[in-house]
Amino acid sequence: MSATIIRNGRVIDPANKRDEIVDLAIVDGRIAQRSEISGQKSEVEEIDAKGLIVAPGLIDMHVHLREPGSSHKETIASGARAAAAGGFTTIVCMPNTSPPADNPSTIAWIKDRAAETGCVNVLPSGAISKDLAGEELAPIGSLEEAGVVAITDDGHCVQNHELMRRAVEYARMFGLPVLDHCQDYNLVGNGVVHEGYWSTLLGLAGWPAAGEEAIVLRNILLAELCDHRIHCQHISAAGSVRLLREARTRGVKISGEVCPHHIALTDEAIQNFDTNFKINPPLRSQRDVDALLEGIADGTLSILASDHAPHADFEKEVEFDVAPFGVVGLETELGIFIDLLVHKHGKIDIGRLIEMHTIEPARLLRIEAGTLSSGAVADVTLIDPNLEWAVKTDTFQSASRNSPFDGWKLRGRAVQTIVSGKTVWKL
Amino acid sequence: MNVRSPDMNRRWNRKDLLGLRELSADEINFILETADAFKQVGTREIKKVPALRGKTLVNFFVEPSTRTRTSFELAASRLSADVINISASTSSLTKGETLKDTAKVLEANHADIIVLRHSSAGAPQFLAQRLKSSVINAGDGAHEHPTQGLLDLYTIREKREKIDNLNVVIVGDILFSRVARSNIFGLLKLGARVTLVGPSTLAPREFEKLGVSISHKIDNVLPDADVVNLLRIQHERQRKEYFPSIGEYTQLFGLTKERAKLLKPDCLIMHPGPINRGVEIDSEVADGLQSVILDQVTNGLAVRMAVLYLCGGIATP
Repeated sequence: MSATIIRNGRVIDPANKRDEIVDLAIVDGRIAQRSEISGQKSEVEEIDAKGLIVAPGLIDMHVHLREPGSSHKETIASGARAAAAGGFTTIVCMPNTSPPADNPSTIAWIKDRAAETGCVNVLPSGAISKDLAGEELAPIGSLEEAGVVAITDDGHCVQNHELMRRAVEYARMFGLPVLDHCQDYNLVGNGVVHEGYWSTLLGLAGWPAAGEEAIVLRNILLAELCDHRIHCQHISAAGSVRLLREARTRGVKISGEVCPHHIALTDEAIQNFDTNFKINPPLRSQRDVDALLEGIADGTLSILASDHAPHADFEKEVEFDVAPFGVVGLETELGIFIDLLVHKHGKIDIGRLIEMHTIEPARLLRIEAGTLSSGAVADVTLIDPNLEWAVKTDTFQSASRNSPFDGWKLRGRAVQTIVSGKTVWKL
Repeated sequence: MNVRSPDMNRRWNRKDLLGLRELSADEINFILETADAFKQVGTREIKKVPALRGKTLVNFFVEPSTRTRTSFELAASRLSADVINISASTSSLTKGETLKDTAKVLEANHADIIVLRHSSAGAPQFLAQRLKSSVINAGDGAHEHPTQGLLDLYTIREKREKIDNLNVVIVGDILFSRVARSNIFGLLKLGARVTLVGPSTLAPREFEKLGVSISHKIDNVLPDADVVNLLRIQHERQRKEYFPSIGEYTQLFGLTKERAKLLKPDCLIMHPGPINRGVEIDSEVADGLQSVILDQVTNGLAVRMAVLYLCGGIATP
């Protein structure tokens, strides 16, 4: 029997509408009643959480771990360590690996690898279409049996609306949520940056906001048609927020997620052709950033996620057109969100931020996580919302360094991460 | 001419020429003034000066070009530099070497000046940030072609004796044109008014934010123009979604003989080449009295000598 008591922390558990200064007990890897500890004979580990927030372990439902196939960028082990250092106890990895996670044996491999080497909970997602090619359905039923928590072609987008409709309709019988990377290939073409002032000035091919909005609208229509959940990943454009707001008001099973870079940066950041600002969908205008912030404030955008996308230095250190899209995010995500959403812009309070990183994704994915209910698995994140720190990419746990936030000074971060009652990371 | 004067040190301190957007009006004027001296050299019996003797220039053309590469090669030879030409097909880029590694190899071979032509916007910035050698942008994607912009400015200044307050009309595929962007940046800095003309797909409204006017009716802007700069129009490759046909383009935007009659007699007609006769410009107009197309080529040599001389003097490999 092992026991831990986290003393004097501010316990915020949005699923149970709790926000109080109280001790939190953990017995044998599960959240326990305070009284269960008193009877303990063996030694009780004490954690002093005075001045800290004690939150359910945070969930990031949009992460690329690159294994199998690209372990020079990241492994399940290094990605899980990065997650732990960022305060995340559960991450959902995307299927665009090599081979892609479009078959049950790759899912089984990922789960085994995660069990052996991952210090946090790694939940795989499976592909919508075979080889992420958007042409025929992946074996969605077998993927579900193998244990995927969602399906998505992330990094790609099913262009054929009929195929997408059938995927959503088919996933419905398993209750499996469909996540979508919203990008209309015809409208976006070879676009590499937001189509606007900076693309015009720099002569870089534009990626118009309409290229995202068209697919968000498609997804709203299909969620209605099939009466099943579609979740729009990494929303970047003002028009997408407007479409989602209207649809959610009508009760459509549609949701949207925001990444830190899309609220922290605008397309102005690309002016020196630094490929650490080359992201898909691209950094957009201030008007788009403002709309995302409003969407977070009014609940239109309900999920926060990193789209952690590691790439090796030598892959990013090339011509802008040629460089791969994406930035690492796990280790800066919470700091960016607390600093910008809570401190600087005051768009939401810390309770809502924790809710968006815990029970919101847990409910969407229908997983047992994201609460501090008695008896729940003791995944806990200790957060110092006022700790001032500087981002240093050379101290990252991730195997990659492609962050747009190197040197940024942030206020607020995770200081200790506990998975199933065991501390996996401590500042 | 190979001794740097105090005036020169004060007015030019860049090892690279990446674009006209980052230059001040004074820096642009200084290049044009320096080019005056080199233009005069071109009229002498012995056209060579020792300004870059002992320096090595690499013409690194990842995207094909004949006229720009030849112009740089001639400019470098006249400055007594040693010149090496490398094209995409002869470089290790085709063997999978990265641009950075190829450039580092050039630097390790003591290349003082690298003239880069590349299909990706920002490629010269990428090299300049990583090399001690001078990097001269000879055209990067749809971004900038600063020496073309400078030779256009030089030609206007030479023929019209000023640039300030002139009405300059640029016609054609603006969206994908690095020549248009360098012209816009340079002309605005020197006080010209710029009007872009082309189909709304290739001269989109977003350009207004750069400080220019846009028109889709060429006949309306020709009568007030002091300079008309025609860009080469392409339809064969990826422009099929942008306008229906070459025929319709010519009908709406071509500088035909009839349209040329709308021009003021002293209006200059320019074209960066290569010309599509009968498409963006009628043959007679291209060869007419108002055309300064060949002056542009001659001036290109003087301007490139000035740029190599100024930047090459700063580089310390």
